[in-house]
Amino acid sequence: MKEKLKSKLSLLLPFIGLLFVIAVIAVFILLRSPDKFSIFFGSYNAQLILKQTVIVGIGALGMTLVIISGGIDLSAGSVIALGSVVFATVLKSGAVDGAVSTGIICLAFIATVAACSAVGGVNGVITAKFGFMPFIVTLGTMQIARGVAKWVGNNERVRTPDNAFQSFMDPTPDPSWLIFSPGVWIMIILTIIVAIVLKYTVFGRYVYAIGSNEDTARLCGINVEKYKILIYVFCGALIGVAACMDYANLGSGNPVGSIGLELNIIAAVVIGGASLNGGEGSALGSIIGALIMAILVNAFTTLSIQQYVQEIIIGIIIIVAVGIDKLKHRKTA
Amino acid sequence: MAEILHLQNIHKRFGPVHALKGVELIVYPGEVHALIGENGAGKSTMMKVLSGAHQATEGDILLEGKPYKPMTPNQGRNAGVAMIYQELTLAPNLTIEENITLGVEKSKLGIVKHEKTKVKEALDLLGKSHLSPDTKVMDLNIGTQQLIEIARAIVADAKIIIMDEPTSSLSREDTESLFKVINKLRDRGIAIIYISHFLEEVKEISDRYTILRDGMTCGTGMLKDVSVPQIAEMLVGRSLENMYPHVPHEIGAKVLDVKKVRGISLPKEASFELRQGEIFGIFGLVGAGRSEMLRCIFGLDQLVSGEVHIGNDKHHAGGITPKKSLNAGLDLCSEDRKTEGLAQDMSIAVNTTLSALSKESNKGFINLSDEKIIADKWAEKLQTKCHSTLDPMTTLSGGNQQKVAIARLMNHDSDILFFDEPTRGIDVGSKAEIYKLIQELAAQGKSIVMVSSYLPELQGTCDTMAVMYRGVLSPKLDTSEWTKHKVMMYGTTGQLT
Repeated sequence: MKEKLKSKLSLLLPFIGLLFVIAVIAVFILLRSPDKFSIFFGSYNAQLILKQTVIVGIGALGMTLVIISGGIDLSAGSVIALGSVVFATVLKSGAVDGAVSTGIICLAFIATVAACSAVGGVNGVITAKFGFMPFIVTLGTMQIARGVAKWVGNNERVRTPDNAFQSFMDPTPDPSWLIFSPGVWIMIILTIIVAIVLKYTVFGRYVYAIGSNEDTARLCGINVEKYKILIYVFCGALIGVAACMDYANLGSGNPVGSIGLELNIIAAVVIGGASLNGGEGSALGSIIGALIMAILVNAFTTLSIQQYVQEIIIGIIIIVAVGIDKLKHRKTA
Repeated sequence: MAEILHLQNIHKRFGPVHALKGVELIVYPGEVHALIGENGAGKSTMMKVLSGAHQATEGDILLEGKPYKPMTPNQGRNAGVAMIYQELTLAPNLTIEENITLGVEKSKLGIVKHEKTKVKEALDLLGKSHLSPDTKVMDLNIGTQQLIEIARAIVADAKIIIMDEPTSSLSREDTESLFKVINKLRDRGIAIIYISHFLEEVKEISDRYTILRDGMTCGTGMLKDVSVPQIAEMLVGRSLENMYPHVPHEIGAKVLDVKKVRGISLPKEASFELRQGEIFGIFGLVGAGRSEMLRCIFGLDQLVSGEVHIGNDKHHAGGITPKKSLNAGLDLCSEDRKTEGLAQDMSIAVNTTLSALSKESNKGFINLSDEKIIADKWAEKLQTKCHSTLDPMTTLSGGNQQKVAIARLMNHDSDILFFDEPTRGIDVGSKAEIYKLIQELAAQGKSIVMVSSYLPELQGTCDTMAVMYRGVLSPKLDTSEWTKHKVMMYGTTGQLT
């Protein structure tokens, strides 16, 4: 019974962290500038924060798979930039008389996800087949993807005719009964899918098994190379969706955007309770990790706190999250 | 003579595991004291407490009559207790001198002062005066590396040197030169605690003994007063019949045919046939290539040449993968449950079903409640002691972990089972249960290959046996035909007569 409680508790840990962060911010706002309390806790701000979570959140879902399997993907930020350029380029070249049809938007979406999956495939093949360290492989593809993005985009923003997809990241959606922007809903649906995949499918089980102990996985007849490649492709596909959202957010493709975003994504996954040693992590945790970071940034902006303070505090939170994870492990060991 | 070391009622717990349950040990200067016990009896843990790598949960240690409570291996070393581990702890890229002085370098303004003379003296004492202190350790063979570890202890002025299974990976010549070194050290008044489960070897080199069983001291005295069989009985703590139960099983038709398999470096040549219901034991010294042979046949290591036939399937060299083997009805229980056999962070249930998931899942989805029912069933059948099958493996003791590893094989239900060192590092009670389990599996018609470095368990469990020497497998004979002499003869020389 006690054991059961403990395992439930560790599932709730990200939620507790989230509530804790919100509570601290509430106290802080009340102490510093109580007049801003209603702004921060207003419904528009909630819509805004969730929207600001989308890109890092969807990227974090993909990164969660890779990190649970014991890998890392440093190329995520560059691939998002590349994806946004691909999306914009397809729209631009598919536009007829300055108008973009729904069909072209779908095509752009598919092309973006395919391009980003392909980068994931390259990461996966080199890591799995040749046994290179994923850190180094994805450090390489991070540069390559950035280079290709600049090449495709001719070193500048790729502007497109106005279209319906650009409203996917409006904090206030149209129609208003959606409450949150379509991007938020996409994130929620993907979170549910990834959570189900991780918990209830053989693929998900193998992701954990490979990250927990690759040799055991091999002994149990699991084709480790194949699954590693699939994991990176899956991660690439999710990063591709994040790239589409990045385009929607900016309204254009930006080959020099999203620099360093992979670190925010990794931070979200780690805050969400994943272990960089592999074998641990959850979709829900990672989304909450992304949410915590978005809430903090938003709160700092509301309180007009300088950016250097934000950076210092977020850095501390990442380290504290790892510390909590370590404490959690000491109990079981 | 006054005792140099006295361990009093030492207890050590690791989470749920009570590894030491009040051990006692008295050692005098200038003696070789054998610490004997089976795998998992607590020898290594006890020595780690003594050297400072672990701290005792309870109990006192007196070193030269004074209380001694090392918190780190460095404190132990400074107090004169040097440990030579089973796995060598040298840094391969550093030179002999750098390794010997590692952590105790004398320096001036941060610049290391060379101590070539001291290092040279130590090497002379070890009979290795021809070695230059500037040689890199990775260029030395394993026996010489072991001597470097001992040199490290001598340079640090150790009063007590602990050797943990020092000969387990040594050739006979290296073992003999090690014994000469041990005798020299004894003459210098250094106390040596010699850990081994090779009883003949222990009798040859040691003066006194202490026997450990299941974390408790169960005998001490002069070695010249006891015979090897007497020690063996004290080690096991029960009569050999109870230890190795026999379940009647019938031997049927041929199910596995292995022809001249050869791996990248090991095995060199191995052929055998396995019949239904047969328990086939393979003995050999560490490094003979027994595990490598099993791994090649199963598909974990690359097979360079040879043929493997499972039933009517024919596998050629190069085409075997663990998945294919599992599909053909061959399964393997790894010798190393910590780093390979089990995913330690994952639950008992996950580990039980991991290899059978593709069979038991429905369109790629896992039914978690069914999975727990399956795991609970096996835990009950094998009497695995756990709170819940949803707990991670790390909450279990070695014996219970091994039962989960075996439960995975039983759940997968392959017809041919390879057990690589199935009783390594587990307590005597669990060992007896595992021997019984293997017998029961044979009675159900499973065919079993069991690899072990512990001859009595093979003789007690197996129908047929073969011995491996440097990658070459001997012909298979009935267990009764393998006299101890014959086994040792082939195991150390590769000749049957």
